Amino acid sequence: MPDGNLKLRGVVRAVLGDHVDTDIIYPGRYLNITDREKTAEHLFALSYPEIRGSLAAGDFVVAGKNFGCGSSREQAAAALKFAGVGAVIAGSFGRIFFRNAINLGLPVVIAPEARAGCAVGDQLEIDLGAGEIRNLTGNRSILAAALDRKCVELLAAGGLIPYLKAKRVA
Amino acid sequence: MAMTIAEKILARAAGLHQVVPDQVVTARVDLAMSHENADLVRKSFLEIGALRVWDPTRIVIIFDHRIPAESERTAATHKAIREFVAAQGISNFYDVGRGGICHQVLPENGHVRPGMLVVGTDSHTITHGAFGSFATGIGATEMAGVWCEGALWFKVPHSFRIDVQGQLEQWVSAKDLILYIIGKLGADGADYRAVEFDGPAIRRLSVASRMVLTNLAMEMGAKVAFTPVDEELLEYLRPLTPQKIGSIAPDRDAHYERIITIDASREVSEPQVACPHAVDNVRPLSELGEVAIDQAVLGSCTNGRLEDLEVAARVVAGNTICERTRLVVIPASQQIYREALHLGYLETLVAAGAIINPPGCGPCVGVHQGILAAGETCVSSTNRNFVGRMGSKDSQVYLASPAVVAASAVAGRLAHPASIVQEDPCLMEI
Repeated sequence: MPDGNLKLRGVVRAVLGDHVDTDIIYPGRYLNITDREKTAEHLFALSYPEIRGSLAAGDFVVAGKNFGCGSSREQAAAALKFAGVGAVIAGSFGRIFFRNAINLGLPVVIAPEARAGCAVGDQLEIDLGAGEIRNLTGNRSILAAALDRKCVELLAAGGLIPYLKAKRVA
Repeated sequence: MAMTIAEKILARAAGLHQVVPDQVVTARVDLAMSHENADLVRKSFLEIGALRVWDPTRIVIIFDHRIPAESERTAATHKAIREFVAAQGISNFYDVGRGGICHQVLPENGHVRPGMLVVGTDSHTITHGAFGSFATGIGATEMAGVWCEGALWFKVPHSFRIDVQGQLEQWVSAKDLILYIIGKLGADGADYRAVEFDGPAIRRLSVASRMVLTNLAMEMGAKVAFTPVDEELLEYLRPLTPQKIGSIAPDRDAHYERIITIDASREVSEPQVACPHAVDNVRPLSELGEVAIDQAVLGSCTNGRLEDLEVAARVVAGNTICERTRLVVIPASQQIYREALHLGYLETLVAAGAIINPPGCGPCVGVHQGILAAGETCVSSTNRNFVGRMGSKDSQVYLASPAVVAASAVAGRLAHPASIVQEDPCLMEI
C-alpha cells in the first residue's frame, strides 16, 4: 500500500468465489522464485491467468470466504501485491495468508457481504482503520470488520520489514 | 480461570498468568523451523538490517520440498541457505540425505516437546500439536521477525474440542477419521481455532496416527491442534531427548466454543475419500463407484510414516501393481526409509512394481517426482487435492488412507483394501 495510507480508493478488477486457495493464487511449481517482485508474473497462473494482465495499480480483488486457505507460501501475498493489487476484500481469510498480507503491507479486509455487493468495474473507497467500505458506483456501504490495532500499525508502517527497520533505528 | 491447552501455552510463553480468547499477546518462541523457504526468510532478515539471529540453538532448518535439487535455481537456493546456516552457527540443519520431511524430522530428533511454542514456515507445522506443542505456520517475513526478536504476536484462539468415542474398525485409519471430520465441519470449519482431539478412540491411536489428525486439522482452517499428552506419547519421546519432558492438559472446566462428539464405530465405518478439488469434498469409498487410477502416491507429512508403509506393504504383498497404474512411494524420512528397508516393506513394495522416491515432499507440492498430466487421475495419501496441486490443472486428485492408496494401485481403480487382501482378516489387525 502507498506508504501507510489507511484510506484507499480503487476499482474492483476481479470477483472470485469461496476457498480460493494459495495454489490457485500462486502455484507450487513457482515456489523456488524468491524475488518478491518476480512472483507477480505467476499470479493466478493456472486458473485465472487473465486477471494479472487486467490489473492496474491499486485495483481491488474481491472474493468469498476463506481466501488464501492452504499453504503458508508468502509468494501468494507477494504476487498479489507486486501485480499491483491495492487490497483484497473477502468474506474471510486463511489465517496464514492474512498475516502474510499484513506483513508485506498488502491490505486485507474482512467483509462477508463484499462479494454480493461488488461487481467488476465498481469503484470503492476503503477506510482500513474504521472498517468501512463505500461502493461509489453502487452508492452503498458494505460492512467490513475493523482491523486489529496491531495490523493497522503494521500496515501503516508499510509492512513488517519497514516496521522492524524503524524499530531498530529508534 | 480454567484454560484450554492453547491458552495455557500462550499464557506461559507470553509471561502471563492467564489469557482469554481474542486477546493479542506477544509470546516468546521456543522453536523456529524452516525448509527451503529459509531463503525467503534470509532475504527479509537481511533487508531488516539484522546481523545475527536471536538464538541459533532455537532454529531448525530442514530441506524437504525439492530434494535433491531439481533445478539450478533450487540448487542456488540450497547453497545460499547452507552458507547462511554456517555463518549464523545454526547447528540444527538437516541437509539433503540427512533428514527428510520437516514434520517428521523435527519430532524424530527430539526437537518438539509438550508445552513448547513452535512456529514454522510451513502450514503443516500444526502437526506438532501431536506432541503437546502450540505449533503453527507463519510466513517467511514473519519468520524473519522471529529470527530477529525471538518473539511474535498472537491472537489467542477460541478452542474446539473434538471428542471421538468408539473405535476405528478394520481398514479405517486416522486418515479416514480426520477426512470425515473435515467433510463434516468444512474447509473453514475450524478457521483460526485451536482444536483439541480427545476421547477413547484417539487415546488408542499410535503417535504416528495422531500426527495425521493434527496435520490435517490445517485443512479445516485450524491455527493449532492437539492430541493428548499421555503415556503413549511420553514413551515415544523419552528416548529422543535428554531434555526434561513436561506434560500439558486442559483444565477440567476449560471453556470450549464448540464441543463435537463423534462415534467413530458408527459414523466412520468405512474408508473415506476426499474427492477433487477440495479436502472437504469427502465421501465414503463405497459411494464412489468406478474411478480409474493412473497414479497412486504414498507419502507426505500426512502419511509417509512406518505404519503407513507397513499397511501398504501388507496390501500389495503377493500382488502386482496394475499395469495402467504407477505407485510412487516416499518414506517421510531417512530414518523411516532405513527402518522400512530393514523390515522388508520396501522390498515388498518394489517387488510389486512401486517406485521409491527419496524422503521429502515429492510430488505433493507439484514440483517434481510424479507430476500429473492433463486428464490423469491420482489417489494419494497426501493432504491437498486443490486444482493443479500435483501437476496439470486438468488432473484429478483423490485423497485417501495408505491402505486405500495401496489397494487402488493394485486394482487400477479406487478400491477397498479388503477386496485385495487375501489373508485371514483376523491376522490383519492394523
